[in-house]
Amino acid sequence: MKSFTTVCGIVAPMDRANVDTDMIIPKQFLKSIKRTGFGKNLFDELRYLDEGRPDQDCSHRPINPDFPLNQARYQGASILLARKNFGCGSSREHAPWALDDFGFRAVIAPSFADIFYNNCFKNGLLPIVLSESVVDQLFLQMYEAEGFTLTVDLAEQQVRTQSGEQYSFEVDAFRKQCLLQGLDDIGLTLQESDAIRAYEAQRRASAPWLFDAIVAND
Amino acid sequence: MAAKTLYDKLWDAHLVKQRDDGSALIYIDRHIIHEVTTPQAFEGLRLAGRKPWRVDSMLATPDHNVPTTLAERAAGVAGIEDPVSKIQVQTLDDNCDEFGIVEFKINDRRQGIVHVIGPESGACLPGMTIVCGDSHTATNGALGALAHGIGTSEVEHVMATQCLVAQKMKNMLVQVDGTLGVGVTPKDVVLAIIAEIGTAGGTGYAIEFGGEVFRTMSMEGRMTVCNMAIEAGARAGMVAVDQITLNYVKGRPYAPSADLWAQAVEEWMQLHSDAGAAFDKVVIIDGSQIEPQVSWGTSPEMVLPVGAHIPDPQQERDPVKRESIERALKYMALAPGQPITDIKVDRVFIGSCTNSRIEDIRAAAAVLNGRKVAASVKQAMVVPGSGLVKAQAEAEGLDKIIRAAGVEWREPGCSMCLAMNADKLGNGEHCASTSNRNFEGRQGYGGRTHLVSPAMAAAAAIAGHFIDVRTLSGQDH
Repeated sequence: MKSFTTVCGIVAPMDRANVDTDMIIPKQFLKSIKRTGFGKNLFDELRYLDEGRPDQDCSHRPINPDFPLNQARYQGASILLARKNFGCGSSREHAPWALDDFGFRAVIAPSFADIFYNNCFKNGLLPIVLSESVVDQLFLQMYEAEGFTLTVDLAEQQVRTQSGEQYSFEVDAFRKQCLLQGLDDIGLTLQESDAIRAYEAQRRASAPWLFDAIVAND
Repeated sequence: MAAKTLYDKLWDAHLVKQRDDGSALIYIDRHIIHEVTTPQAFEGLRLAGRKPWRVDSMLATPDHNVPTTLAERAAGVAGIEDPVSKIQVQTLDDNCDEFGIVEFKINDRRQGIVHVIGPESGACLPGMTIVCGDSHTATNGALGALAHGIGTSEVEHVMATQCLVAQKMKNMLVQVDGTLGVGVTPKDVVLAIIAEIGTAGGTGYAIEFGGEVFRTMSMEGRMTVCNMAIEAGARAGMVAVDQITLNYVKGRPYAPSADLWAQAVEEWMQLHSDAGAAFDKVVIIDGSQIEPQVSWGTSPEMVLPVGAHIPDPQQERDPVKRESIERALKYMALAPGQPITDIKVDRVFIGSCTNSRIEDIRAAAAVLNGRKVAASVKQAMVVPGSGLVKAQAEAEGLDKIIRAAGVEWREPGCSMCLAMNADKLGNGEHCASTSNRNFEGRQGYGGRTHLVSPAMAAAAAIAGHFIDVRTLSGQDH
């Protein structure tokens, strides 16, 4: 897994609450059997003025000039500043894949939907929860100052502004370690194989029906 | 021993290891897979040279991409017209064949929507942990199981280890007391719950649905409610096991039989919250006050009783909420103060993992019986949740009633709920939909979704606009 230590980058806004994963990456792009290439269709229905199709060259599509990610001042942004309940709806991991592929390394919001939050960590994308008042303030600062950047320091669990303000955030210890070191969590779990087998043996004895095989018994 | 909630019991029974850092390894009993969220997981297994830990714990079916017209379905995977969809469905077949996973393939009579076939086949049982790369997996919680959606990386993790790395959620009880009024359905109950607690109200929680309304609700109704737990922000929703659960499960193909059945029942009857169990949050709703619901906006919490009027954003003090309402009204082309019953519908979709089971189809057919779809409605369709639901409906003659009303009777799949196949809304069209999400563009680019029950969707098809199904004459509820 991709590691995350410190990121310093331009902040771009997604200034609305309840951004759902359909909005982050619409369903027609979910037909891909790959993990990459979703960046050009990130926020497709907001970013372009036409309806997107899979496997399309997006460079000639009409873009929505009002959408922040299309504006010069946010080019190269690596931190997305968002509102509450970001990533709600569908469990599609294509949403963090699209954000990552576009170039985002962190998303800051007052709250995230559970499945999206979880999916981010699997992809080296750091979701950061800051209070609503801090997020409000960051939005104001970002709109005021073109080229507004933030530094995200995972080891210290801090978001820092250029002017020296510091905001601490929570992240659970396991996810933090996995992200800092870019650990393969399947490999880590497989180190517990004996514990898994012991659980299975005990469970099989007390609830054998749970281990009835799914067989092709048409 | 301390009193436990249903969720506490399910969690404790599946805890493989509690780690010092607060994370835990949870054992997964059942893993249901489909074509959209698995190709990258299989590829990951192959790249790492890994094999599934317990291949016989898995069950696969294609549902999101499959066409629902008989013409396009007849030739199986080869007949899928969209080449990208065809590759994805074919990839699921190939992966299941390679790894030896049982799959109900596209034209198997048991094929259907993942969350319909799981309970229907008995593959999903009370007391299980059940995952699937789809957020509506909570549907299975109706069985008294811990079921939730996972991302593709977790799909790969569960395939490889039979476990999930998880953190225990908090406990929420949503208690709906009293008795539902005539014409009020489980869909109306869950929409009313979401209106009450909000689309993020359940974030971080596992929700148990309890109270008198659930004790008398059918299993399929409980599935409809648990299905939409995620629309209230909760990954998992569940209902305690009772005789209704046992009656539903007994005799299903993958359910235990004979001696094992008795042993299982003994354990399953413990699957309820103990008296005095502590919940972190309790929401109490009076079921007798719930009316048929219609969503008007672009989030499932934007929902009102059918007799209500579109809200005025100027009445909302919270600026973020006000802006959300304004944006929703603009997208939906609705005006503040407009009666819900004035909204005309262009298309009607009855189906999805929320409402495509036999009781849903019976409810729609009861309204459509002897009536005709309004001339102004461009298309109305019923898409059964599985091949077995379809066969059952046809055995009951429901397909004839549905077709006679001018409604299309389709092959099973997810269809217009998320419009990954050819079934979609045109730009600007309003749809009375029994699905679960009314997000912008969800049912098609520029499409406008109104979430309703099957009976309300059928009534809208007849009237050409939303109408309180209770006012239709001759309704036999």
